[in-house]
Amino acid sequence: MSEKILTVTSENFEEEVLESALPVLVDFWAPWCVYCRRIEAAVEELAEDTEGKLVVGKVNVDEQAALADQFGVETIPSLILFRNGERIGEDLVAPGSRDAIEEWLEDNEIAL
Amino acid sequence: MLYDMIVIGGGPAGYTAALYAARSGLSVLVLEKLSAGGQMTNTEQIDNYPGFPEGIGGFELGERMQKGALRFGAENQFSEVKSVELSGQVKIVRTRKKEFQARTVVLAAGAYPRKTGVEGEDRFAGRGVAYCAACDGMFYKDKTVAVYGGGNSAVEDALLLSRICKKVYLIHRRDTLRATKVYQDALFGSSVELVWNSRVTAFLGDKHLSGVEIEDTKTGEKRELSLDGIFVSIGRIPDTGLFEGQVDMDEAGYLIADETTRTNLPGVFAAGDVRTKQLRQVITAAADGAAAAWNAEQYLAEEGC
Repeated sequence: MSEKILTVTSENFEEEVLESALPVLVDFWAPWCVYCRRIEAAVEELAEDTEGKLVVGKVNVDEQAALADQFGVETIPSLILFRNGERIGEDLVAPGSRDAIEEWLEDNEIAL
Repeated sequence: MLYDMIVIGGGPAGYTAALYAARSGLSVLVLEKLSAGGQMTNTEQIDNYPGFPEGIGGFELGERMQKGALRFGAENQFSEVKSVELSGQVKIVRTRKKEFQARTVVLAAGAYPRKTGVEGEDRFAGRGVAYCAACDGMFYKDKTVAVYGGGNSAVEDALLLSRICKKVYLIHRRDTLRATKVYQDALFGSSVELVWNSRVTAFLGDKHLSGVEIEDTKTGEKRELSLDGIFVSIGRIPDTGLFEGQVDMDEAGYLIADETTRTNLPGVFAAGDVRTKQLRQVITAAADGAAAAWNAEQYLAEEGC
């Protein structure tokens, strides 16, 4: 996994996501989820390209079931956006392309 | 920069075309919207691509094909093509933010799952209605699901789910399956319950799918089947909408080209599942990629490029 990707857990969620000065994209995934692997390259590239503007984190739903429950994640991959400690916009489920992720970020007024 | 070749789609056809072209010294750019491999990434294990006697994961095979092409200098970008202009000598390919130019283009965009078009399908997509058992099957561990369809993919999905789920139905519109014998033998020896002569007429539920309404195709009688999930596996549609009006296609949307992969437009080639052909497999897609690269080279030589 890219060094630019933050591993999000129940322990660091408040500090790294809710208290982050930058907007945070959290990718809920699991190792057995093939589609999660498919979007992985795009998410990693995005993390590299948006450094300093956006924090990209990943939640492994197998290990962090409480976080998945808390945010009602029923399908993975689900991408959820946080800004200033709040969940914003509609979640993005199983995006079809990197462009779809960028368009979703722009719709939520995240400058890239 | 003007590329010798742009490949649209990073599946077995696309990366094979890129490999052959790059090895011949052409400058090649592959544009793939999501990740290497295309449809095969949804297959847990591929046992019918030779050279892997123990089988190989679809995702892994896709990545290997990509690496093979990149090793010889092909470039790769994860970007979705939004429009093309293919008729001129210089072909133009646009993504959301960029415009690329090339002397030849290989169309290798693949195919995507066909929808039923039945009421409730979109509302419950990702909430009980799914299209990929290998992707989403684990969400239905110890639950009751159905697969809708009768081809090899449908049977394969049903068998995969029967190892995970409590109960699996296979709903099919006819009383015989299109699936080949090896699949049928495995199916009839499994715990999957067949629901013959039945058509799904509605997806039911509140927030999450709770079942489907099915109609008996012989008697017209309707009944409800309680389900936690349904996997739709009723075929595929070629991803060729972008090329409409430029490249000749048949009624189903497949790009018309023979084994040379040459389309009606000079310098434009159709490779893999997008092409009119008999058998759509990883290996036939790869074969198309090789043919497309070779024919592109011939075309460039004829044009004096």
